[in-house]
Amino acid sequence: MTQPAKIFVSESSTPPPDAKQPVKPSAVRTFLRGRGNSAIADGIFKALVFLCALSIFGIVILIAWELISRSHLTLAKFGLGFFFRSAWDPVNNDFGAFPFIYGTLVSSFLALLISVPFALGVAIFLTEMCPKWLRAPLSFLTELLAAIPSVVYGLWAIFVLIPLLRDYVNPKLMFTLGWTGFFTGPNAGYSMLAAGVVLAIMILPIISSLTREVMTSVPMVQREGVLALGATRWEMIRIGVLRNARIGIVGAIILGLGRALGETMAVTMVIGNRPEIVKSFLAPGYTMASVLANEFSEATGDMYLSALIEIGLALFLVTIVVNACARMLVWAVTRGAPARVA
Amino acid sequence: MASQSLRPPLRASNVNVFSRRIKSNIVSGLALLATIIVIAPLIAILFYLLKQGITSLNWNFFTKIPVPAGESGGGMENAIVGSGVVLALASLIGIPLGIGAGIYLAEYAGSTRMGNLVRFTADVLNGVPSIVMGIAIYALIVLPQKHFSALAGGVVLGIMMVPTVTRTTEEMLRMVPHAIREAALGLGVPAWRSVLTITVRTASAGIVTGCMLAFARVAGETAPLLFTAFGNAFQSTSLNEPIAALPLQIFVYAVSPYDEWHRLAWAGALVLIVLIMASVALVRYVTSRGMLKGAS
Repeated sequence: MTQPAKIFVSESSTPPPDAKQPVKPSAVRTFLRGRGNSAIADGIFKALVFLCALSIFGIVILIAWELISRSHLTLAKFGLGFFFRSAWDPVNNDFGAFPFIYGTLVSSFLALLISVPFALGVAIFLTEMCPKWLRAPLSFLTELLAAIPSVVYGLWAIFVLIPLLRDYVNPKLMFTLGWTGFFTGPNAGYSMLAAGVVLAIMILPIISSLTREVMTSVPMVQREGVLALGATRWEMIRIGVLRNARIGIVGAIILGLGRALGETMAVTMVIGNRPEIVKSFLAPGYTMASVLANEFSEATGDMYLSALIEIGLALFLVTIVVNACARMLVWAVTRGAPARVA
Repeated sequence: MASQSLRPPLRASNVNVFSRRIKSNIVSGLALLATIIVIAPLIAILFYLLKQGITSLNWNFFTKIPVPAGESGGGMENAIVGSGVVLALASLIGIPLGIGAGIYLAEYAGSTRMGNLVRFTADVLNGVPSIVMGIAIYALIVLPQKHFSALAGGVVLGIMMVPTVTRTTEEMLRMVPHAIREAALGLGVPAWRSVLTITVRTASAGIVTGCMLAFARVAGETAPLLFTAFGNAFQSTSLNEPIAALPLQIFVYAVSPYDEWHRLAWAGALVLIVLIMASVALVRYVTSRGMLKGAS
């Protein structure tokens, strides 16, 4: 408003300010007049795009409503105890979600444990160290990791990753870390560990790209100030960048956790799908998402279906909370710049 | 705030410049190593995919429908067509809704409370697991109809496209300089026409990019299709019947015990990934050329 637009200036400069207005309107004006009243059209257009925006709320409410109303059978029968029971017996209509919740949590945290150090390393390298010409291709490559569909990761994991883990990595883990109790037992390949590794590869791009975004939003002045005080490069990154970006980085990690919790196909293909709680990471497990993928389409009986839908409801609520937290943390740092869609 | 937090680490502990420099170099090395290790699985996956995929890819793959286990030959023609049908329906639902919501956010809502709420909800919706979306649509469409259908599959994927399209559309529209809007309004163009023919048009390359990104994302989705589109061993394009889809077929073949089916799964994965990578690369190319050609 304060700055006149270029096109406008050139047009308004033609008639002198106090001269009689030319009777004949310009070609543009006649063209627009011919289009009729715009007030109604404006209102309709605004209402239309507003409806589109409302549809986003509509979708969330619809999902919540469908999940709640279709799971009322188990909600009524087991109450909150559903989430702490270990039974899973479709024949006798006895259901509990604890093994699945356990599997989801353990595989997701394993994934975070593996991927966070690497994601931070990649983000630091790409924002602070990488020569300029290498930056674009490298970040493109890491983003390509995000573009590979889940089912392809699963396929690769079945035929490459699992044999690799089973034949080379797991025996070493059992030998050196077997005493902890986390790496013992039969070495089948299909395991919590395999799921954790696949998930780690899958959530890495989202964590590293968001961390990168947060780190680039730290003002250059911070870096220059620290360097001017005589810091080495690592000190500059630690004090000038990471310290300022830490909230956003935590947000990025939580967002990665949200992805890991809901990831379905790749996990289903490698985790072994057994609803048991075993301490060893080399044993098969089951997650909330994979029990849905495996059993949903053949669920017979209202109770069975209701139990599965309640697991879906729990997954929905958990991921909503996790994502909401993460978004707020990321927004707190990169305020103004809208979050990138990965 | 910065100067206070800076003092202790820089002055008190590290007097020895040499050890500090070594530490710095070690960390740099670790960061480089991390990057290399991260790139490794990507290269490994792509290499293995190419190796396995190309050897099993042949003309039959694109022209034949699946044959029963044990017989050789057969392809995924029905899955490719099915994916096309489902994705077309999804785009028909997701893209208009998403672009509309994006226009609302960029042109009308600004940073009002309502605008922020929509933005926030879209981001949260983006993080809802696809399988949960699948269940919701199963309960909404499949249960009342009592059969799986391509329609349900299209609706799920369409809904999943909305948040991505919304956010990228908004981002792109916000990059259009204000002067252009003011110029249009100053000429007496009605607001809705100015939005559609000036702002949206200027940002169109960017908006198309966003749509393709969303498309590429849902093209590989398997989980929500498991109990909506369900899959179909035969040729079908009817919206009212179960339909095959490429990711679904890959999943079924991958977990099967037959070598012949494994080969088909690899071929399918190769085709899928080439499609997705091509669109991502195209997106990359368009964005690197500058989204706002018309504006400058």
